[in-house]
Amino acid sequence: MNILRLRSFVTAYLPQIFLSALNLAALTALNLYVPRIIRDVIDQGLVPGEVGFLMRSALILLALGLTAAALTAVQRFISEWIGSRVGYDIRNRMYNHIQNLSFSYHDHAQTGQLISRCIEDVRAVQNFIGSSVVELTQLIFVLFGALFIMFSANWELTLIAVIPIFPLVWMTFKFGDRVTHLFFKVDNLLGELSARLQENVTGVQVVRAFAREPYEVKRFDITNRAYYNARIKVISEWAKVMPSTDFLVTLCTILILWFGGRMVLQGTMTVGELVAFNAYVMMLAAPAQQLTWLVNAAGEADAGAKRVLEVLDTKPEIVSSAAATQLPALRGEVEFKNVSLKYLDEKRASLTDINLKVKPNQLVALIGQTGSGKTSLINLIPRFYDVSDGAVLVDGVDVRTVDLVSLRKQIGIVLQTSLLFSDTIRENIAYGRPEATDEEVVAAAEAAQAHEFIVGFAEGYKTIVGERGVTLSGGQRQRVAIARALLMNPRVLILDDSLSSVDTQTEKLIQEALDNLMEGRTTFVIAHRLSTVRRADLILVMDKGHIVEQGTHAELLKQGGLYKEIHDLQLAQNADPAEVTLFEPRPEKAVYHSRDLN
Amino acid sequence: MTTITPPTYVTQSEEFYDKPLDPNVAKRLIGFVAPYKWQLLFSSFLMLVAVLSSVIGPYLVKVAIDDGLVAGNYTVLRNVVLIYLVAAIIRWGFIYWRVNIMARVGQSVIYDMRKLLFEHLQSLSLGFFSRYSVGRVITRVINDVETLREFITWAVLAIARDLFALVMIIVAMLALNVKLSLLTFTTIPFMILATVIYRRTARIAYRKVRAAVSWVNSVLAENINGIRVVQAFSRQAHNYDSFRNYTNRYYLQTAINAAKVAASFLPVVDVLGALATAAVVYIGGTAVLGESITAGVLVAFVLYIDRYFEPIRDLSRRFDTLQSAMAGGERLLELLDTQVEVRDAENARAIEPIHGGVRFDNVSFHYSDDPTLVLDGIDLDIKAGQTVALVGETGAGKTTIVKLLARFHDPTSGCLLVDGVDLRTVTQRSLREQMGMVLQDPFLFNGSVKENILFGRLNASDDEVIAAAQAVDAHDFIVGLKNGYETSVEEGGIMLSVGQRQLISFARALLADPRILILDEATSSVDTQTEQIIQKALARLLKGRTSFVIAHRLSTITNADKIVVIEGGRIIEQGTHTELLAKQGKYFELYQTGFQD
Repeated sequence: MNILRLRSFVTAYLPQIFLSALNLAALTALNLYVPRIIRDVIDQGLVPGEVGFLMRSALILLALGLTAAALTAVQRFISEWIGSRVGYDIRNRMYNHIQNLSFSYHDHAQTGQLISRCIEDVRAVQNFIGSSVVELTQLIFVLFGALFIMFSANWELTLIAVIPIFPLVWMTFKFGDRVTHLFFKVDNLLGELSARLQENVTGVQVVRAFAREPYEVKRFDITNRAYYNARIKVISEWAKVMPSTDFLVTLCTILILWFGGRMVLQGTMTVGELVAFNAYVMMLAAPAQQLTWLVNAAGEADAGAKRVLEVLDTKPEIVSSAAATQLPALRGEVEFKNVSLKYLDEKRASLTDINLKVKPNQLVALIGQTGSGKTSLINLIPRFYDVSDGAVLVDGVDVRTVDLVSLRKQIGIVLQTSLLFSDTIRENIAYGRPEATDEEVVAAAEAAQAHEFIVGFAEGYKTIVGERGVTLSGGQRQRVAIARALLMNPRVLILDDSLSSVDTQTEKLIQEALDNLMEGRTTFVIAHRLSTVRRADLILVMDKGHIVEQGTHAELLKQGGLYKEIHDLQLAQNADPAEVTLFEPRPEKAVYHSRDLN
Repeated sequence: MTTITPPTYVTQSEEFYDKPLDPNVAKRLIGFVAPYKWQLLFSSFLMLVAVLSSVIGPYLVKVAIDDGLVAGNYTVLRNVVLIYLVAAIIRWGFIYWRVNIMARVGQSVIYDMRKLLFEHLQSLSLGFFSRYSVGRVITRVINDVETLREFITWAVLAIARDLFALVMIIVAMLALNVKLSLLTFTTIPFMILATVIYRRTARIAYRKVRAAVSWVNSVLAENINGIRVVQAFSRQAHNYDSFRNYTNRYYLQTAINAAKVAASFLPVVDVLGALATAAVVYIGGTAVLGESITAGVLVAFVLYIDRYFEPIRDLSRRFDTLQSAMAGGERLLELLDTQVEVRDAENARAIEPIHGGVRFDNVSFHYSDDPTLVLDGIDLDIKAGQTVALVGETGAGKTTIVKLLARFHDPTSGCLLVDGVDLRTVTQRSLREQMGMVLQDPFLFNGSVKENILFGRLNASDDEVIAAAQAVDAHDFIVGLKNGYETSVEEGGIMLSVGQRQLISFARALLADPRILILDEATSSVDTQTEQIIQKALARLLKGRTSFVIAHRLSTITNADKIVVIEGGRIIEQGTHTELLAKQGKYFELYQTGFQD
């Protein structure tokens, strides 16, 4: 049972659970008392002249009923409370865990599936823990209480009456076994259905453009069918068990009526006792029927727990080691020693034998073909991945031996896609340093050439951006991302300079912003602009995971290798030698203005 | 507990709004069940018998007591037990039968609904998808339909069963003793009053829970999508605090509040039940003493009171399911009611194999909800096999021109002809099958590289796939992937570089071998060598077909047979590169600006 592995989340609320059990015990005792009153009414109260007895019995019944009602309300609340708290705790744990899972995990994880685990699967678990566990406890109380009373009243009749209970319990547990894995299948298929849909909607233009609607409908239909079949299987199991439970419970009453009836006729039992006896069996009946529901809910919860645990059991590959030390303020030296990197699912190594020594405040430019290993190389510095071989050192310290946060806080990154969050511009700039003052935020925005357009919005720095707010243009997003990195005041800066199309004016602004950003830090830049490459203290030319050439612009040109080849190629492509951004593949901005990325 | 105020986008979300139940919605939702009316009718019959056999129980107990035990009649006791047994067996079989039938009906309805929704989505215009986010579509087709599933499979029949059982029990009680029945029924007005109050409070409480869920949902989605930034800036601890103390905490608070509301309603039913039982015991007991009723009747009555309150309790529990099912159903229907903008004409026919001539004849266009002209009197005549480069600022109307050509919209006035045939007279399918489109952001589906290329032409052979990949220089990197052509492309093609994704999308278009090609050049820059490969591939792709290119590359523009400069929805210049430069107009200006920095 996967759900048992989540027990630590429940044991945190032992006092509440104890209270709930106490409450349940009281409630059960009250309910068990009612049939005795009815029995006495029939056997003693219905004797002429006993009107006072009837009155008393009615008043006791009323008092019991009122108390039971109050206890039920308390019960319902406590159990929901426990369930909600447990769900809250599990969601917190999952969220934090997902956040800390390594890039290599997220490279393959589907967002939709992760969300559905955090919400739907946790809900199945919390429902079970909240209401179902309580019902189970109640069932046990009622079972033992009723059986005890029945036994002391008439043990022969009890033995006969409980016969149908055995097959009932056996059946229910068999049902539980089967239904758990069926539910797991159902959950997975629903996840798949939603992934199919997500993909279809995201790729709607491609589907339309190639007139592939029938093909898509067919693909969706296959999953939709599979889901239908999986559901039907669950319900077929249910359909077998549910009426049988009902039947077995009725069978108890029938047995009591027959055997008990004979006892009454023989004079060994009173009518009132028989009625009370039946009432107790009925009391067993309701929870017995609930048992099927319960097992059903347990199956659903167990499948949910399995999906929750699949996430929680994934160990983040990259964590600070137990002996990790706080990295002191960096000077900015970066060294690669015989570094190789091979991703788990790739055939070829992405980096082989990288040796590199960068002094503080140097500007390093990486050039090379797509897939040549530029991004892999820079991803190793903030330790987004771990090397397969060799070591990456900052200020002579292996990055694997230091605390991750102390490392990453000193490294600033501007990614190719300038992802912003649905929050105010201020919060986005202060993303890495939420405690930054307004002055610092404005200063960073000014240095990133973003201040001007930000104050142009009616709400200024309080303007909400992202999916649910104002849409910024590509160039604006980039400048906010630059400000975000600037505010971190990193000693080492990593820059993916593959700028998307922006108009010439904006490009100049961004260039200025970048210059401000790079000043006085060790900078690694995946470069396309000749202006940047030319200025670099060290140019790395990469090919198939190797550094094939390194040196300054002048040195490399003199060497007459791959660098010169690329350089000449660009010159040939761009007839106009006045072009300064030679290393940039000709984006449209050289031709006309485009204010927006769109 | 401090009060948490969720951000406005949560309080403004559709989950937050309360709408009264629309009887039309219920009616139309029931329409989905109509194809299965015979199964439903039969199930109802089965249910009726099963309920009868259950309601009869206490009555049989009464007969056993009065005529068997009290009268000392052994035969009556035996007969009653036998009848009871038969009733139980019938009940067993009938419930089994009914659940099986209804499971199939319920699941079929859900299956039908999803199928219909998906097919409808396939026919909606692209404009719809820019308004309706992916998350919302998924909520509709997955979550809302799922709520309906619960509603249809369990709630519909359960509600019917409860109502029916209630009626039967009332009838049985009346038959036993009118006076005691009326006494019991005096609780009904209180019950109704309590339910009305509960409904109102519960609706508000559950609405907040739903909004909280959607808030949690969106926070998760954003942070998982942005995980790379989160980790790069070491934001985990801060994000965790805000999730724990804010978003997730709000969800907890609303859930506990809803629990409070529900917990305070439950005892009302219990209290009324206790009142009724006590009254019946006292008044009924006195009646037995006065000999106007028998002891058996009294016992049966107490049993019935219990059963009388059970369906009522159950109904009030189901009410929330009903409520959310209706809300979900309404949103579903809204989606289904969204009009398809471009429809095939009734007498539309398949277009002949396209030669490739395209003519825009005084075409104007504006969106239905905005009278501003996006295109204004476009006249354009393209010969078969020509490459047309569309140039202009963002928002000038370039994209709209190609969208009209692919017939994602119809012109507001004027007409668009392919090989002299008005597009409105042909079927969209036949047109698009001969048309290819390469988008700015090359979208790849979850699946293998091969499947992604095959998307262009499903029945192509492996050799043809490889040939297409080779033609655009994608073959080399593909065979270098872990499993070659069978390598699976993860969500959104994240494991491939931008350049590689572009090449795959080129191969896809080439395999489709369209007569007319629409190409929106990607703007994100790639390294010099990849750029070289892409340019070569592009030339190969454009060759031998009529092509409309929203051009961003200088080489593409200069090589075009015709350059069309668009501004404010009008064509202001057209001609070749040399011609337009000589003209010293807008094109020259754009060209100059581009080179001056």
